[in-house]
Amino acid sequence: MKVLETTDLEQKFQDKIDREVKIEPNDWMPDAYRKTLIRQMSQHAHSEIVGMLPEANWITRAPNLRRKAVLLAKVQDEAGHGLYLYSATETLGADREATIDDLHSGKAKYSSIFNYPALSWADIGAIGWLVDGAAIMNQVALCRCSYGPYARAMVKICKEESFHQRQGYELLTTLAQGAPEQKELAQDALNRFWWPALMMFGPNDDESPNSAQSMRWKIKRLTNDELRQNFIDATVPQAELIGLKVPDENLKWNEETGHYDFTPINWDEFWQVVNGNGPCNKQRVDARRKAKEEGMWVREAALAFAEKRKKKLTA
Amino acid sequence: MSTKEWPLWEVFIRSKQGLNHKHVGSLRAADSTMALDNARDVYTRRSEGISIWVVESNYVHANDPADADAYFEPSDTKIFRHPTFYEVHEDIKHM
Amino acid sequence: MKNEALFRYLLRLGDDSLILGQRLAEWCGHGPILEEDIAMTNISLDLIGQAMSLLDYAGVIEGKERNCDKLGLLRYEKEYVNVLLVEQPNGDFGDTIMRQFLFDAFRKPLYEKLVNSSDKQLAAIAEKSLKETRYHLKHSSEWVIRLGDGTEESHERVQNSLDTLWRFADELFYTDEVEAQLTGEGILPDLSEIKTEWESTVKHVFSEATLEIPANNWKFEGGRKGRHSEHFGHLLSELQYMQRAYPNMEW
Repeated sequence: MKVLETTDLEQKFQDKIDREVKIEPNDWMPDAYRKTLIRQMSQHAHSEIVGMLPEANWITRAPNLRRKAVLLAKVQDEAGHGLYLYSATETLGADREATIDDLHSGKAKYSSIFNYPALSWADIGAIGWLVDGAAIMNQVALCRCSYGPYARAMVKICKEESFHQRQGYELLTTLAQGAPEQKELAQDALNRFWWPALMMFGPNDDESPNSAQSMRWKIKRLTNDELRQNFIDATVPQAELIGLKVPDENLKWNEETGHYDFTPINWDEFWQVVNGNGPCNKQRVDARRKAKEEGMWVREAALAFAEKRKKKLTA
Repeated sequence: MSTKEWPLWEVFIRSKQGLNHKHVGSLRAADSTMALDNARDVYTRRSEGISIWVVESNYVHANDPADADAYFEPSDTKIFRHPTFYEVHEDIKHM
Repeated sequence: MKNEALFRYLLRLGDDSLILGQRLAEWCGHGPILEEDIAMTNISLDLIGQAMSLLDYAGVIEGKERNCDKLGLLRYEKEYVNVLLVEQPNGDFGDTIMRQFLFDAFRKPLYEKLVNSSDKQLAAIAEKSLKETRYHLKHSSEWVIRLGDGTEESHERVQNSLDTLWRFADELFYTDEVEAQLTGEGILPDLSEIKTEWESTVKHVFSEATLEIPANNWKFEGGRKGRHSEHFGHLLSELQYMQRAYPNMEW
């Protein structure tokens, strides 16, 4: 009897999804749907927060004050986006503190791109243009995700993020058209960030076992490979326009498919970085853990103060 | 390791004079003053608002979605509550 | 130069904003909680914006085609005239918030006066900055009170911050012939009134926060004359890194 009921609920749930009716926090949902969302949304939130670190590393060294202000505003947006996403995740019953503890213990993952170092000022441009560009491809699709709070957070994030990619491209354009030293910085940044950016879309479709279910639930709208191809097709002409060379000898426009052909990705590197062996994994998580530990007395004090004042008011 | 977390607050913003406050999201804060400050910094960085309300999430009560049909569907059949239910002579312009 | 005293005064204000903005920016990504990370970045952004306006205007008064970047990122250490308070390292969150509070409590009444400056440009910068600074002061006072009257640990920490930073506060009221001349010209108000207001804000907030003003009244100064702390060279090495490593380029 119980089994029947659940099947019935699942059927109703899937019908709603098929009719493009959004799922809201208190609605019935299959456990696996909830778990998948919590995993994906918290990973997404962690990526925003960990993603602040490589860029924040350059705020104090920005080459002029306008760039400093722009970068501050951009990294601040990422904190905001992390916050929107943690809040959306909380609607599924996963509270923020516990979610963050999973990041610090290594249980939860975040986008592996942020385990690569930002070595020069040009990297700030490459991160905005390529990393935010890749993220936006993904996020635009997520604006139509079946889970209401996630979709709404993505709409807000996409609106705010449209300036991120532009400032990155504008920054690199300035370098590419500048002195030879500047152009070299720009090319070097593209060389280092191109492949990790392509890896951001995740494993090939035939290696991505959860994708099919996520597509059925409309948590995902396009596959990893579709998104990656869209990104390459959009980005290659942008590189050419400012005179930078994409570091792939096999990159070639294919008239027949209407897409660029490219060299298969080095998935060994991807899995190594995902599993903790990237250049900066430890450094990034340590930095976040340290911020939390060193902030603990502050958070405790604020809570203690709030309780004291509440007592004073009621006394 | 973890201490008690700051309470969760729901944030409502009036985007301009004459409009309702609208729910925009939530945040964590230790007290209402801080919740208002944080809402200002988190949710109005691009001139999205001119007035903020914050409500501790604990105090928001919602109907049970399982009762949604009993709650809301009965009104679907009362179409006579809508002006379009009534036909008036076509010469009459303003009614 | 049109008005050397005004140029020098604008550098004082501009350098204070720039250096404090730079210090606060160091927190980005490392705040005690996300919401506060965002709040500190907002304050940093306001201060850097103020620095840009003030230094750009200083460059106009100087008339040597130096803009906010040339002035902000390419002077030698002893040519910076910010007070020692703003260059002090961030320390823990209590040190940062105490430094901010002592500064905001000074800046707010200062801008309130400067709004009436006979120099229209300075008055306009003050008017925009005043709105930002009123919020900064609200934010930093609230935090000083929270930490002071929070837990035993937070009380002790922020009292230590006050004990360490108090000796730098008096330099905020430093004046010399620059202020004297500008006051004579009606560009500056009488700064003594500002000190009275600062004292009353500080006393009020510290009493709410259950904090004690240190008994030792020994004061430090030097920043206004270009004599800085050991920390300052390190701050400049980051602030100026790109301009020094890649001179004369557009970014």
